[in-house]
Amino acid sequence: MQLLGKLTLSAIPHDPIIIGASAFMGLMVLLIVSSLFYFRKWTWLWTEWLTTVDHKKIGVMYIISALIMLVRGLTDGVLMRTHLMFSEGSMHGYLPPSHYDQIFTAHGVIMIFFMAMPLMFGLINILVPLQIGARDVAFPFLNAMSFWLFAISAILVNVSLVIGEFAGAGWLAYPPLSELAYSPGVGVDYYIWSLQISGAGTLLAGINFLVTIFRMRCPGMTLMKMPIFTWSALCTMALVVLAFPILTASLGMLLLDRLLGMHFFTADGGGNMMMYINLIWAWGHPEVYILILPAFGIFSEVVATFCQKRLFGYVAMVYATACITILSFIVWLHHFFTMGAGPVVNAFFGITTMIIAIPTGVKIFNWLFTMYRGRIIFATPMMWTIGFLVTFAVGGMTGVLMAVPVVDFQLHNSLFLVAHFHNVIIGGVVFGYFAGLIYWFPKIFGFKLNEKLGKKVFWCWFVGFYVAFMPLYPLGFMGMTRRLNHYDNPAWHLLLTIAAVGTFIIVCGVIFQAAQLITSIKKRKQERDVTGDPWNGRTLEWSMSSPPPVYNFAHVPRVDSVDPYWKAKQEDDSFDTPPYEAIHMPKNSSIPFIIGIFLFIFGFSMVWHIFWLAGLTFAAFIIALMCRGFDYDRDYYIQADEVKSTQAAGVLQQ
Amino acid sequence: MDYKRLINILKWLGPVILLFLLTGCKVVMFDPVGPVASEQRWIISLSIILMLLVVIPVIVLTLFFARKYRASNTKAKYTPEWSHSYLLEFIWWTIPCIIIIILAVITWISSHDLDPYRPIKAKDTIQKTPLIIQVVSLDWKWLFIYPEQNIASVNYLEIPKDQLVEFNVTSDAPMNSFWIPQLGSQIMTMQGMQTKLNTVGTRLGKFEGYSALYSGSGFSGMKFNINVVEKDKFEQWVSHAKASPLSLTLDNYVRLAQPSHWDPVTYYSKVEENLYSDIIMHYMLPGGKLNTLKDQYNKQLQN
Amino acid sequence: MTTEMNTAIANTTNMQYVSHHHHNQSDTNVYGFWVYIMSDCILFACLFATFAVLHNNTYGGPSAKELFSLPFVFVETMALLTSSFTCGLMMLALHHNKRKLAFITLALTFLLGASFVFMELKEFHSLVAEGHDWQRSAFLSSFFTLVGTHGLHVSLGLLWLIVLAIQLGIHGINNTTMTKMRTFSLFWHFLDIIWILLFTIVYLVEFI
Repeated sequence: MQLLGKLTLSAIPHDPIIIGASAFMGLMVLLIVSSLFYFRKWTWLWTEWLTTVDHKKIGVMYIISALIMLVRGLTDGVLMRTHLMFSEGSMHGYLPPSHYDQIFTAHGVIMIFFMAMPLMFGLINILVPLQIGARDVAFPFLNAMSFWLFAISAILVNVSLVIGEFAGAGWLAYPPLSELAYSPGVGVDYYIWSLQISGAGTLLAGINFLVTIFRMRCPGMTLMKMPIFTWSALCTMALVVLAFPILTASLGMLLLDRLLGMHFFTADGGGNMMMYINLIWAWGHPEVYILILPAFGIFSEVVATFCQKRLFGYVAMVYATACITILSFIVWLHHFFTMGAGPVVNAFFGITTMIIAIPTGVKIFNWLFTMYRGRIIFATPMMWTIGFLVTFAVGGMTGVLMAVPVVDFQLHNSLFLVAHFHNVIIGGVVFGYFAGLIYWFPKIFGFKLNEKLGKKVFWCWFVGFYVAFMPLYPLGFMGMTRRLNHYDNPAWHLLLTIAAVGTFIIVCGVIFQAAQLITSIKKRKQERDVTGDPWNGRTLEWSMSSPPPVYNFAHVPRVDSVDPYWKAKQEDDSFDTPPYEAIHMPKNSSIPFIIGIFLFIFGFSMVWHIFWLAGLTFAAFIIALMCRGFDYDRDYYIQADEVKSTQAAGVLQQ
Repeated sequence: MDYKRLINILKWLGPVILLFLLTGCKVVMFDPVGPVASEQRWIISLSIILMLLVVIPVIVLTLFFARKYRASNTKAKYTPEWSHSYLLEFIWWTIPCIIIIILAVITWISSHDLDPYRPIKAKDTIQKTPLIIQVVSLDWKWLFIYPEQNIASVNYLEIPKDQLVEFNVTSDAPMNSFWIPQLGSQIMTMQGMQTKLNTVGTRLGKFEGYSALYSGSGFSGMKFNINVVEKDKFEQWVSHAKASPLSLTLDNYVRLAQPSHWDPVTYYSKVEENLYSDIIMHYMLPGGKLNTLKDQYNKQLQN
Repeated sequence: MTTEMNTAIANTTNMQYVSHHHHNQSDTNVYGFWVYIMSDCILFACLFATFAVLHNNTYGGPSAKELFSLPFVFVETMALLTSSFTCGLMMLALHHNKRKLAFITLALTFLLGASFVFMELKEFHSLVAEGHDWQRSAFLSSFFTLVGTHGLHVSLGLLWLIVLAIQLGIHGINNTTMTKMRTFSLFWHFLDIIWILLFTIVYLVEFI
């Protein structure tokens, strides 16, 4: 056995684009590491961030990683669109087919797993405990571990850019294309291992937040008094717990096919590739709702706050969310009607899919009628919400259209499909998370984001989205299939050029976002949120100073309505009254971070078949877990005096 | 302030939308050549119209409410605690329900009518005994076998007008999807399995067929032309193919099945007996001629 | 259960809530473990579904009936079932604070579990030795994966049991160790239930 498995020097790609990208990445890492040395921030980094179990800090780390991955995924998107602009007829673009295939795979994988998922977990991490009046999540240690599992998988999947190759089998790696017979490289292995590790992290986080929401709510907060964002988080976490094991199982079997020569999904040996397609979509469709439900929750919070009015139809909202949660498990087959499963099966899944439109429609009307007779303040989160309502209505329509099986027989795998899911994912998920990010930014960091630049960001994204994706609808009708790297049809060329322009408008939006972040950090003194309640909020998270103290609540609050803080403000109540008492908090732990490093090496060596190292690091991982088991000194008390002085500092700020 | 900007944007988007409409003349999906695609066109249009009944009001109401209830408009009514109305909620649970029920009925009926496995219900002018064509998706080309005519072609299809056609579809490469937009419907191709697609061409002309499901690096070049011709022209074409010096023996097939890009149109004058079922069966059981030949060929390649 | 808990919490004052914190944490751990078990059930459900779909795809190789020996697997099954029983006894002993009895039953649980794993490995070994390994057919792939995943769970459970035994030795029976033992026994019984399903679906139906 070779010492380095399949790893040789030839694994480093020679493509100038890839070398450029990896050089840039290397430079960034070097810059960060050297500035850490220069500013002597290593201890700070270690004690405040790498070993933290504080849900707010973990949330911040999730969000930062997500934003970096957004840039990475967007770059892939831009590369694809510009390539297609120059790939008509006699032109052949600048990307060879195999590289183009890796790029669209990377775009999908990174945007879904390493951009949208962490952005969601970031917001849920920070907000859910604050909204339910808890001091931390149910399992803070596990929370840190979830984050590190995600973070190292994000790094692992990006390492494939520098060493080896990215998978080129599409973001769901359909077999038999993803089997060893057709994808002999390490790309699919990188894909499998990074998704397995981050998937385990996601599952743990799902369990954690499900338990947190069920058991850590403050006195008086019955299920029907929970903030709507928490409700959507609860439904999302139920989906995570029920769906992610399916992902683990299906990717696990694909891995066994590749690693041990099994025959689950291979063409020969009695394998059944459709089993994989069924399983992966039994996870994949709930996954779509895992992404969109929290966004719905955010819109519900934002719309109530900025219309200065109670959310319309709270109860209907909750039931609609629950309906969507349940229905999302019985629609998966609509992703492959064209398999030819027969009219009864197809019609059944088509109709169940359409039924989801009903609760979704109800939600939209509820948001609309929250605006009705409100006093709408057009702050940026509200603008994203209005942009969402308009855009999502179109995306929902095209979705229901494709739910009709006979229509899907025409539109499936065409650019119409690509337009549809970008319409709902950008118009729904991305708009939603951005709205949430701006809305809760002052709570997380203590100062507001620049509104002027924020509006520019919104308009760039909004217009850019329409210019980039509306042309794809007619392109689908014109018969253009997805994932093409070359075509010869002048009519397509025009529309694809428009689409490419659209992506550049979106890029401008992201540049404005960076500018917004930098300006706001520079002017943080002027924009400081001293009240803790910059938007005249309604739920518990606005009842404390911004950023919140480490223990969140000096006293565990008692609530008796859906909008407890709104009510308290009107009745001039305060949640913060002395005397204080000692608060019990979990201690920091370095184990999650160390486990992360072990699993990173483990994943990497499994990809390259360096089995001795894999065995070693896996054993180290188990030992690290045992160390945690033997650790009986896991928490500490913040003394009442300290609470008092922290609270006083917060009040002083106000 | 912002709604004005929105209107400006919409004005700007106008020409873009117009542009779509102008290119509309080349929108293949609205230019069907058979009853399947034309019925699909009709269902697409009907569903869009039905859904616009909800979508347009939503968009209009969004913009209207956003303008009317802006904070600066203090004349507008403000009811901060009003958050429930049985009547309104009843309306917006009911209307989508009704639309979805209508769509569900359409779905149920059309799924049965246009089931690709089911022979087309056609007019009397149409030849009812189907022409059977066996389709094999390869890396990265399409192989069409005409069993009755005992010919085969690569990346080119010719069918007589007004005659039912039954495509029997399988794959000897990663999963794919066989799609001729203007004839309507696509169907997945899978190794070791057979799917079916029934269709009929009712207009003369040359149309494009695509591979719709990504299957690897040569996927973009994997397309073909389909020519719908009069019956006698079709016979002429068959005899033309019969004159081809190539014949599709197992050996030749194994060579053809090797990955290749942008394959030219090729005809085969003869096809090995049972080739199509062998292609399916060699994934089901080990051994057999095709498996042995493939193994031998792969070994040669490695040496 | 949760709604009861919540009303209970709602009816107490803040002070009481805080003082109940430790007790709650223990319940929360067990509750969280239940959720984990639910998700693990789904993992097994996927493997069961795959086995159900693929168990006739023998690719010209041997079928289940030709390969399995029911008496052998029955003994294996009894070993695991008995270990579940001794695990129950162990929990009873712990609840009654009988340290010695607890350790004896713990050791019995471990031995029975280990013999189960040993027998399973033996079965695997004989199959592979006869050339019926996981590469032979989709049926055998799904068989080895389904049974192997269960076996891996049992093995990890055994490792966990050793770790817990050492902790019990060091810290004695207290709130923390009891919580850990409670979650372990949940896990063990859960694996038992999965095995009964597995025994029925994989082995038993072939002989009926």
